[in-house]
Amino acid sequence: MTEALHWLGCGFVVAGILFFLAGSLGLLRFADVFSRLHALTKADNLGLGLICLGLAFQASGLAEAVKYLLIWLLMLVASGIGATLIASTALACGLVPRKADMPTSSTTIKRSVEK
Amino acid sequence: MPIYLYAVGAMLLLANAGVGAWRILRGPTSADRMLAAEMITTSAIAVLLLLSIVSDQSALVDVALLFALLAAVAMANFVTRTWTLLQDDKEAREEARHD
Amino acid sequence: MRVLAWGFDVFLAAGLLWLAWQALFTPRRFSAVVNFMAFYLLMALVWVRLDAPDIALAEAAIGAGVTGALLLTALGRLPAGSSAGADPRHWQRPLQYLAMAGAGLGVLWLAWAAYHLPRPGLATEVTAVLDATGVSHAVTAVLLNLRAFDTLLEIVIMLAAVVLIWSLGPPLRTFAPATALPGLPALSHLLHPLFLLVPAYLLWRGTHAPGGAFPAGAVMGAGGILLLLTDTAPWIYLRRHRMLLHLLLTAGMALFLAVALGGMLMTGTFFTIPLLLAPMLIMAVEVTTALSIALMLMAFYLYGEPGR
Repeated sequence: MTEALHWLGCGFVVAGILFFLAGSLGLLRFADVFSRLHALTKADNLGLGLICLGLAFQASGLAEAVKYLLIWLLMLVASGIGATLIASTALACGLVPRKADMPTSSTTIKRSVEK
Repeated sequence: MPIYLYAVGAMLLLANAGVGAWRILRGPTSADRMLAAEMITTSAIAVLLLLSIVSDQSALVDVALLFALLAAVAMANFVTRTWTLLQDDKEAREEARHD
Repeated sequence: MRVLAWGFDVFLAAGLLWLAWQALFTPRRFSAVVNFMAFYLLMALVWVRLDAPDIALAEAAIGAGVTGALLLTALGRLPAGSSAGADPRHWQRPLQYLAMAGAGLGVLWLAWAAYHLPRPGLATEVTAVLDATGVSHAVTAVLLNLRAFDTLLEIVIMLAAVVLIWSLGPPLRTFAPATALPGLPALSHLLHPLFLLVPAYLLWRGTHAPGGAFPAGAVMGAGGILLLLTDTAPWIYLRRHRMLLHLLLTAGMALFLAVALGGMLMTGTFFTIPLLLAPMLIMAVEVTTALSIALMLMAFYLYGEPGR
């Protein structure tokens, strides 16, 4: 049973690292501070949570496992509230989220003519 | 075997933190730079957790706990005491938006 | 495995050098401060790799937490329009290169000297007397019993720094955030119990594992800074609490000095603690010192004496 938990824990840790890499890819490539906030808060915290979960499965006692989960909860609180703080202040300071290009009126007329 | 896996994972996460350093260099707004600092904190926490298994020291989990607590303080401080300057300084606001 | 360790260390060193260069030579001040905070984070990782988790604890708490908060606040206090530093003038450039070359040579010489130091240092001598010190962790024994004089002087220096900073100007006027932030008091309420629990845990751990008064005091100080930020510590500004504040700030140093002099009265040597009382005295000194350090860090953050 502990052997299976051990391998499950390793799998979770690998998945967590993959989520971390996905989050940093988002930080590199997204076009706007708000979408980067999204990528960071969701992907990085999920990655950290999976790593903590995986290590908690392999922990040697209940106290250690609870410590790992406490770190994840703490990071969730700090990161989540921090993201709302930054986003509200960004909106108040005049940063506008980048919107996708709206379709022009000529294309809509063409489509209704084709129907 | 899992020790090697964790060591490789720690290196990958350190490279992750390097991406954060690049974003500090490039990010057009102050929020981007603060974001990147938070990502370096989260990556450092993950690195410490993996290192505590690799080098078998349980004190590193306490260091990771400390990092998590202090990320909150830095975030709150930035939002209340640093970025308020932009509210009444139009030059700095323009710079924050377009530099 | 050694290859992996080498790769990790090379990555870490390269990251440190990059962050340090960016922190010193970026024209934008906010970039410099954020690079500095990231530098502190990587330094904590370096201490971990050097097998010094005690220093990593203190570095994380003081460097990334309190120093980051102090720098960010100082940035916010600068007059408007000064977010970019001045460019260096022409005659300053050769001096800059000279200074960098000198620093580089100095670092290389120090590394060569450190490489030739005897190993493993003083670890065997400390382990030999560990049973007579009253604690079971070598670093705490050195800090609070064998070389307690140095720790006392460090606390005196911090107190002197508080007096210096308070003498420079009035306390910080409360900034209003740019918009209503309902998350801020929620953050303070959710994290406040942990900012009390984790220092208590670190103080307890200090006797047998990395921990102790300095990281605990620094975490409590960071918690106090969060309280000051969200304006939920109005008691610190009250006039009638001035005496109590002064008393608590000096309590750590006072108890330390009392223990030192009491030890001299009991055994004849300054700062020798008799073995029977050592565990309790060291614990009492640690708790009071942690409280004092927390208040001193909050005092730094206030930037001036409250209650005037």
